[in-house]
Amino acid sequence: MTVATAVATADNAHAGDSHGEHTHYTTTGLEHRKIAIWAFIGSECMLFASLISTYLVYKGRSKIGPMPHEFSCKVSNVVAQTAEGVAALGCAAGDVMKPILDIPVTSQSTFVLLMSSLAMVLALEGVENHGKPGYDRWYKGSKFWLGMTALMGATFLGYQSYEFTSFVHEGLTITTNLFGSSFFTLTGFHGAHVTVGVLWLLTLLAIDMKRGLKGRNDVLVVDICALYWHFVDVVWIAIFTLIYLIQ
Amino acid sequence: MSDQNTQAAHAHAADHKEHPTWKQYKWVAFWLTLITAVEVWVYYTPFKDSSLFAPTLLVMSAVKFTIVVAYYMHIKYDHWIFKRLFLIGLTMAGGTLMALLFLFGKLKIGG
Amino acid sequence: MATTAAPAPMTAGAYAHGEATGIWSWLTTVDHKRIGTLYLWTALTFFLVGGIEALIMRIQLMGPNGQVVSAEVFNQLFTMHGTTMVFLAIMPLSAAFFNYLIPLQIGARDVAFPRLNAFSYWVYLFGGIFMTVPIFFSAAPNGGWFGYAPLTTMQFSGGLNIDFWVIGLQILGISSLAAAFNFITTIINMRAPGMTLMRMPIFTWMSFVVQFLLILAFPAITIALVFLLFDRFFGTQFYEIAAGADPLLWQHLFWVFGHPEVYILILPAFGLVSEILPTFSRKPLFGYNVVVYSGIMIGFLGFGVWAHHMFAVGMGATADTIFSLATMLIGIPTGVKIFNWIATMWGGSLRFTVAMKFAIALVALFTIGGISGVMHSSPPTDLQQTDTYFIVAHFHYVLVGGSIMGIFGGIYHYFPKMTGRYLSEKLGNWHFWFFAIGMNLTFFPMHYSGMLGMPRRIYTYDAGQGWDQFNWWSTVGTILMFVGAIFFIANFFRSRKNGAIAPNDAWGAGTLEWSIPSPPPDYNFAQIPVVTSRYPLWDLKHPEMTADLVHSAPDEMTITDSHAVPVHEETEYKTAKELGIPMPFPTIKPLFAALFMVVMFSGLIFIHVGIFPLAMAITIGGALLFIGTLYGWLTSPLE
Repeated sequence: MTVATAVATADNAHAGDSHGEHTHYTTTGLEHRKIAIWAFIGSECMLFASLISTYLVYKGRSKIGPMPHEFSCKVSNVVAQTAEGVAALGCAAGDVMKPILDIPVTSQSTFVLLMSSLAMVLALEGVENHGKPGYDRWYKGSKFWLGMTALMGATFLGYQSYEFTSFVHEGLTITTNLFGSSFFTLTGFHGAHVTVGVLWLLTLLAIDMKRGLKGRNDVLVVDICALYWHFVDVVWIAIFTLIYLIQ
Repeated sequence: MSDQNTQAAHAHAADHKEHPTWKQYKWVAFWLTLITAVEVWVYYTPFKDSSLFAPTLLVMSAVKFTIVVAYYMHIKYDHWIFKRLFLIGLTMAGGTLMALLFLFGKLKIGG
Repeated sequence: MATTAAPAPMTAGAYAHGEATGIWSWLTTVDHKRIGTLYLWTALTFFLVGGIEALIMRIQLMGPNGQVVSAEVFNQLFTMHGTTMVFLAIMPLSAAFFNYLIPLQIGARDVAFPRLNAFSYWVYLFGGIFMTVPIFFSAAPNGGWFGYAPLTTMQFSGGLNIDFWVIGLQILGISSLAAAFNFITTIINMRAPGMTLMRMPIFTWMSFVVQFLLILAFPAITIALVFLLFDRFFGTQFYEIAAGADPLLWQHLFWVFGHPEVYILILPAFGLVSEILPTFSRKPLFGYNVVVYSGIMIGFLGFGVWAHHMFAVGMGATADTIFSLATMLIGIPTGVKIFNWIATMWGGSLRFTVAMKFAIALVALFTIGGISGVMHSSPPTDLQQTDTYFIVAHFHYVLVGGSIMGIFGGIYHYFPKMTGRYLSEKLGNWHFWFFAIGMNLTFFPMHYSGMLGMPRRIYTYDAGQGWDQFNWWSTVGTILMFVGAIFFIANFFRSRKNGAIAPNDAWGAGTLEWSIPSPPPDYNFAQIPVVTSRYPLWDLKHPEMTADLVHSAPDEMTITDSHAVPVHEETEYKTAKELGIPMPFPTIKPLFAALFMVVMFSGLIFIHVGIFPLAMAITIGGALLFIGTLYGWLTSPLE
């Protein structure tokens, strides 16, 4: 049974939707890239789970300080909940190191990152509603909110840099002990993900400033970035609780 | 004409049923801020030393996690396949994490 | 099946469908069929390399106190043999089939992300070369294919060998991950109308499960490797015992990946066998649903058994028991498949083509491997067996008797589709018998030498321990396997030019890939078919064979949306242009992106060579070029 190829020629012309963009038939009616990003996010769950597991497994096993929540002795592996406790265990007064994680500061950076997700959601709204009545004001537009998200992301990275450098000054580097190695690798990987996200946002902002972001494809492109960004945010929620708050 | 409309409608149909609005976004942001504030506040109270501290914090974080994924990532409003893809990854990740904690003696099962 | 307009198959010269030829067309291809072909050639080459590594080891071990190679070289041989076979041969051979077959089986024109697909291949090629080249400088990886830390830390492995291994595996991981996201999207989103998940060919189903295993397992080894890389290059403490590190961290992270990995290695072969057996039994697969669900169960349970590789490390009774139980459990879905395959053949009209022989060999030999596997699932028993040749016997039965047999079967089955010519059945039979007999002769004696205590990875042994005879037979078997391989190589090259011409439906099979020409035109299907059952082609040509299956058609709107037509055989040859089918543009960008990424990674090696500025220059230069190429790629349209 052979095919009537004359029919085939006409049928294989693009199916255009009402915006004139061409769409391919898909089994689910969903976009390929959206399926791919969610699969990617599922995979990243395992990546961060491996990093977080290692941190938690190695917690309390460092032989020398600094320690995350406890006071520790600079040279011996003496650890206690208070400065007096460490001294009572035989550590010289000048050698006592204080707990290194700074909750107040990290709470601020956590808040900034959480709010950046709100900004991201508003940026996507801006693209979806481009040109619609009520969305022509600058504070409703995608450019403003993409910029805000990137700015807040960059602020978070600023906090991270501050935290990393102050830790180094206090004697904790990536090579110091198990805590240093696992902490910096975990938060470093997270920070690298944030950095990629910020660069992605700035690229989208540049495109928005050049030709504007509108229409189905642009909504998808910004949506993909948003999903990535929110995921990076929820990973931080997990990190903040498991590493900073829980002892 | 109607054929084209149904085609377009069909292509869009599976995209999302409804759409979260500014109202939901506002509430999510509010709860995220409030819960984080409570988490940090609780850290500075004597409750920190109780055995319920960790579970409480985990529950609060789980709530934050869930509302971001459900509303900001609009998994609640989208095709079920995204929820599946995400949950497969999350479940495996969670299970592996728990197993490793147990294997390295950080969690006790039974005795 | 008169094909009056039969084209000259690809081996006869320029493609009849107006496709490009020449090396540039191969370097810039984004066509899944060409990429599959590239994977096949490269993987078969690495398979040969891995085989030679094994042969040298077997010659060394043929008799006691062998003098053929030193202990150090032997370490490199077994490391590279394992690494090459797992990562550079079997996985890419499976990838060759994923690439070639999946779009054809689901009625699609390509994969979801054609350029990413090409990128995956080039990363594999460059990564494989990166990891293999050190052999020529006697600096090949030498820490075992599983690279246990702390043995592989700088303290105990100070040379460049392990650096190549760590970096090489990271690179290869990226190739596999990218491909997995591609195939997941393809299988979810590009099936022809009417092809529900439960109507997909089993090969596609098993491959679908494998992609999920890949995306969930590779992150674990990525992190394990990151820790080792950081320890080796930047002085972190992840595997430093003196700093309080746990020697089991590497093992757990590695095997969280490593166990799903072995299912990644076998499930595609299971899928191929599930295509071959029904075809040559002239019967639909028995218990399709069960085969699918057991595949899913194997995938899921496969994540819960990893510590059975660690029964001898002292995890404690609770852990041992849980993992032992889970391991025994996983034998059930696997065993179920064996029964389904046997039931498929039972009462069927059997044709013993070479492909069928390889498929039946898998059923028999994998069962033997499975039996020894179940023995290992008991920790007390495993305590005797672990790290002996008994384990080597087990995994070679499942990997050679299982994966390789299945893959060879797949090659014989699909070679006509890929090239338009049949492989010679005569040479194929020589190949099969030498290889099958050789394989058993090589690995069966290892059960005995293992039971008698012969440890793994030793480069020599003293006489009089009861091992000599078994080792001798194993080496003879290896030589027989090599003879079989030579027959295969001869068959492969000869048949490309002189094989009998194959029609669309080379074997009388039932799935969509056999409804289009051999080899298929670049657009695959001139018209996307509407699928109404699991065996659309049998529905068309032999309805009596599928009378018992459920048939249904998708709704009218779906058919209209997709411009699909009833299942049909395509024998007319028009170009994509004539048919108005948009094809993706060929592009060199994926190749360059892969190249620059590998260059970027390889810069790290120079840190240990001692030239830090050069290392920085190469790494940063590579990174910039990589990002630049990526930018060009992402901003240029696909078609």
